[in-house]
Amino acid sequence: MEEKTVLERLRKKFPAEVEDAASSLGDDVIIIGKSALLPVMTYLKGKPEDYAMLLDLTCVDFRGEKSRFEMVYHLFSLTQNGRLRIKTRLPENDLRMASLTSLWKNADWLEREVYDLFGVQFEGHPDLRRLFMYDGFEGHPLRKDYPLRRRQPLIRLKD
Amino acid sequence: MPTRILKEARQDTMLLNMGPSHPAMHGTIRIMLELDGERILNSEVEVGYLHRGFEKTCEHRTYFSLLPYTDRLNYVSPLINNLGYVMTVEKLLGVEVPERAQYIRVLMSELSRISDHLTCLAAMAMECGAFTAFLYKMKAREFLWDVIEQTTGARMTTSYIRIGGVRADLHPGFDTALKKAIEETRLVLKDVHGLLDKNKIFLNRTRDVAVMSREDAVAFGWTGPCLRSTGVCYDVRKAHPYLVYDRLNWEVPLGERGDNFDRYLVRMKEMEQSLRIIEQAAVRIPRTSRAFIAGGMEPAQAIKESRRQRVRKDIALSPNLEGSEEARYPDILASDKGFVVPPKEETYTTIEGLINHFKFFMLGHGIRPPKGDVYFAVEGGNGELGFYIVSDGTDRPYRLHLRAPCFHIVAALEQLIRGRYVADVIPTFGSMNMIGGELDR
Repeated sequence: MEEKTVLERLRKKFPAEVEDAASSLGDDVIIIGKSALLPVMTYLKGKPEDYAMLLDLTCVDFRGEKSRFEMVYHLFSLTQNGRLRIKTRLPENDLRMASLTSLWKNADWLEREVYDLFGVQFEGHPDLRRLFMYDGFEGHPLRKDYPLRRRQPLIRLKD
Repeated sequence: MPTRILKEARQDTMLLNMGPSHPAMHGTIRIMLELDGERILNSEVEVGYLHRGFEKTCEHRTYFSLLPYTDRLNYVSPLINNLGYVMTVEKLLGVEVPERAQYIRVLMSELSRISDHLTCLAAMAMECGAFTAFLYKMKAREFLWDVIEQTTGARMTTSYIRIGGVRADLHPGFDTALKKAIEETRLVLKDVHGLLDKNKIFLNRTRDVAVMSREDAVAFGWTGPCLRSTGVCYDVRKAHPYLVYDRLNWEVPLGERGDNFDRYLVRMKEMEQSLRIIEQAAVRIPRTSRAFIAGGMEPAQAIKESRRQRVRKDIALSPNLEGSEEARYPDILASDKGFVVPPKEETYTTIEGLINHFKFFMLGHGIRPPKGDVYFAVEGGNGELGFYIVSDGTDRPYRLHLRAPCFHIVAALEQLIRGRYVADVIPTFGSMNMIGGELDR
């Protein structure tokens, strides 16, 4: 039988890696295992799924949970006019993640941003450096344990 | 620090620093160029000079009180930023917005889109030496901002589009002002077409300069006018219609070559389409029978009056913004009590109104969406302006992420200027419409 939705097709193609597939408020969401990211993304980018555009890539810090960080990817297919959200979890003691720079060009800056603000290490990224913050900045400001008002000025502030 | 280029640069080349305080860098970006004579061998773009920690700040604000921060993202079209954020929260909450408010939102976002494109093209033309075109476009923008100012009360930091609707109804003089602004903008567009379209200086600096292929534009995640200049037809307003865009008649202009000139031309044509949308929306907007209340009472006076006798229906506060009276609420705001600010008339004169007011603004109360995550995007001046919000059921977003359209566009700058001359950086960068507030967040 022909599977109708991308969620069903993906479940059939990657039975072990797809942990959950659901629809949240009208958005298609797929939760996959961390190691399956690159094969799943390669499959989705190619035909027939044709998710040619990486719309967005970001991270969420769920402090206190078993797998602390959640990577969130948004894909968009121009031919089918559909968005797809892919989520995968990262434990705090192993922040390595496959880089998508080989698939999409904008992944370069997006991953640098996530590295800068969350400290996720992207393996295979050609030039993983901070993007927004400056060299010598300590910590990763979007983590929940980074205080809102902590200041790290490059030049000493006047009293 | 541009560390990569310092490492990789050849010994016999020159490194030249452009920005962050370069007049053509629009404020806050730094480009390190590796030059062989005038030719750019390599470059490195450095961003982050305007990083304000927008996302971190939003995690510590309530859903209602973080709205003013969204004004400061794309500061030439703040109303579209308001709209993007507000509609994401509405999707999370499931709020139904009155039809009149939806038309007002369309009017406001198209006015902002025109002013956004005008600003971009004005700066681009000026940097190529066409100062007349710059002044003409700024003139048209003033008329548009007059319309926006009359209704929203502010030129840039509007915070006008609210969760559940809009802050106030249209100004009584809206139609006249709008008509004037449309006329003036049409005249300016005609003049600018005449000044630039066949201008040899402008053509030499833009035609076939910084050509982007379709494939690369998609691979870089380009959206908006820049993507459409390469010939890919993707507009969020057509692809995922929101508000009343699917009821209006308009087209998506496309380019062919994806060079600087196409990016200019697509923006010019888009403004004409936006004017079409505005004209239709202004006619089709559901009429309101409610007259403006003239000569209301000062808050202190109203409170005094309400002490003397219980709830007087004719107590009208002199509004700080015309059109925000309680009588107009059904037209412009959703009826769900918990999601919109209670009317000031009730807050000042009844105890229930006061309680509602406190319930809305007290920490831990207010708007508390259900748990979950949501992504919603609107078509901003630069492209798909998306918000990703994770809610944990409290009154503050657990995580708020902005998909800034010009982030993806500027990421391609290094590739576009490679092999070109230094002078080509300026029109290329100008045609991208890089907005620091949105890029650096």
